[in-house]
Amino acid sequence: MSAKLEQLSQSLQDVLGERIVSITNALGELTLVVAAADYSAVATILRDHPDLRFEQLIDLCGVDYAAYGQVGAMLGAHPADQPRFAAVSHLLSISHNWRLRLRVFATDNDFPVLDSLTPVWNGVNWFEREAFDLFGIMFAGHTDLRRILTDYGFVGHPFRKDFPISGYVEMRYDAEQKRVIYQPVSIEPREVTPRIIREENYGATGRG
Amino acid sequence: MAEIQNYTLNFGPQHPAAHGVLRLVLELDGEMVVRADPHIGLLHRATEKLAEQKTWLQSVPYLDRLDYTSMLINEHPYVMAIERLLGIEVPLRAQYIRVLFDEITRIHNHLLSIGTQALDVGAMTMVLYTFREREDIVDMMEATTGARMHGAYYRPGGVYRDLPGQMPRYEVNKFKNAKTVKALNEARSGSLLDFIEDFSNRFPGYCDDYETLLTDNRIWKQRLVDIGIVSKERALQRGFTGPMLRGSGVEWDLRKKQPYEVYDRLDFDIPVGVNGDCYDRYLVRMEEMRQANRIIKQCVAWLRDNPGPVIVDNHKVAPPSREKMKGNMEELIHHFKLFTEGIHVPSGEVYAGIEHAKGEFGVYLISDGANKPYRMKLRSAAFTHLSAMDEMSKGHMIADAVTIIGTMDIVFGDVDR
Repeated sequence: MSAKLEQLSQSLQDVLGERIVSITNALGELTLVVAAADYSAVATILRDHPDLRFEQLIDLCGVDYAAYGQVGAMLGAHPADQPRFAAVSHLLSISHNWRLRLRVFATDNDFPVLDSLTPVWNGVNWFEREAFDLFGIMFAGHTDLRRILTDYGFVGHPFRKDFPISGYVEMRYDAEQKRVIYQPVSIEPREVTPRIIREENYGATGRG
Repeated sequence: MAEIQNYTLNFGPQHPAAHGVLRLVLELDGEMVVRADPHIGLLHRATEKLAEQKTWLQSVPYLDRLDYTSMLINEHPYVMAIERLLGIEVPLRAQYIRVLFDEITRIHNHLLSIGTQALDVGAMTMVLYTFREREDIVDMMEATTGARMHGAYYRPGGVYRDLPGQMPRYEVNKFKNAKTVKALNEARSGSLLDFIEDFSNRFPGYCDDYETLLTDNRIWKQRLVDIGIVSKERALQRGFTGPMLRGSGVEWDLRKKQPYEVYDRLDFDIPVGVNGDCYDRYLVRMEEMRQANRIIKQCVAWLRDNPGPVIVDNHKVAPPSREKMKGNMEELIHHFKLFTEGIHVPSGEVYAGIEHAKGEFGVYLISDGANKPYRMKLRSAAFTHLSAMDEMSKGHMIADAVTIIGTMDIVFGDVDR
């Protein structure tokens, strides 16, 4: 499998040239990072070039890197000059039988915008709606960028690292008003197991 | 003269044919669907966000609850992804057990899918038969995992425990007399593997029964043939996988093309459709059940002959045995650290995809070296399939929308996550 990945890596370098920001081969998977400006052009090449032929987009998801590698208080720790939001897609080529991970960072952390891939792979439509709903990443050129998983009238983007696990509002039936009402949450998030990052080889006793 | 306009129909979220909580806003021209707009998210539980707050091991039971018609197979890509990040080898016996239960789950899923699809289009009988066989399968799961549905059986590094040597039996009570109990216990007199083997011998006969009920049934064909046709090109564009892709004539199955676990040692065939309509997808699912049964037979034969460990011996990942833990200080520390702090997974990212009963089910994990995932993304096949609802149902009658929902084999735990 690794010979095949090297072949793919070589074809990517030949075809895309300077548009590659980085290309990594780790754990038997290839990750390609491109700049937001080249995103949709690169996607079209990935789909159409005979040496690549990624006919299918298997998955696209948003990622918020705000708390990466950090423990304890998460909010506000993200350096402003580092890109925070990324869209990660997993591509699959049926004719060549290989996969590729494509990552693109949005340049603006306050209002992340990326090109929409819907013209390249139609199936990405709902994945982009999901990434918009959960992370607030805008996809320019998407024809139907509505919320998809959260409630009608939901405020905020729940999968961002600064959004609390308990949310902000809760819903209950009010017997006096005889309708369902929203009110501020009455629970507090509780962390049972704290998040810990240990140094390498922590607890190694020689016999593992 | 007043102009006749399209009207909008709200289908679900509490409609029995909606397979859960699908709200479908249909724009109709007479009886013809002009536009279908599925509203999903009514069962959204933010599993991915919850996983970020839990240790790696604590998330396993959440995976069961995604696609609650094929439980154990859901855990598979998750534990596989963790194993790849950790770089550990799973014992061969555990791999066979996983494949065995993947295929049992596949049959379970297809039984439910075909049964309820038939129920949706008006064939009441099917679901009664398929649920009868489903009962045997949940019994197998109960004997192995302790739970009829949500097993939490696959663990990073292997499976929780070995297969039981004895199948649980019925006992006489005020509802079942000795004669009934004896008949019920006939297949259960031996071990779990005996029971599974007995089932796999009976199962092709059941498949023949289903086919006599449906395959040449005139009403069934009238409702399914040429409904919801998806061409090869469109299926690829829309990101279809699994039976939905194979129904359109693309020969693609991860078990063959990118084999994981022990699928490369097993002998089975991949059914492929021709026309890409609902009927072809039904035939593909039917044949997949027979092929899954073949795999089960091979796994049972192998598991009988090859005893061995079912989980790795690395106590940073898998707990030590109860006995050792009670008698050895070091093992006690391992046990304590594993269940309080959890596994530490090296930083990195990995995507593990498997051939789920519904299509490709993938788990994308990003780890930053902590005892919890940094980000988990679940790629469910039904989500992508449902996104093609508008395209597939356009121009069809409103009654066909139900057939198309049935053929997509959607489960809302999976779509909404």
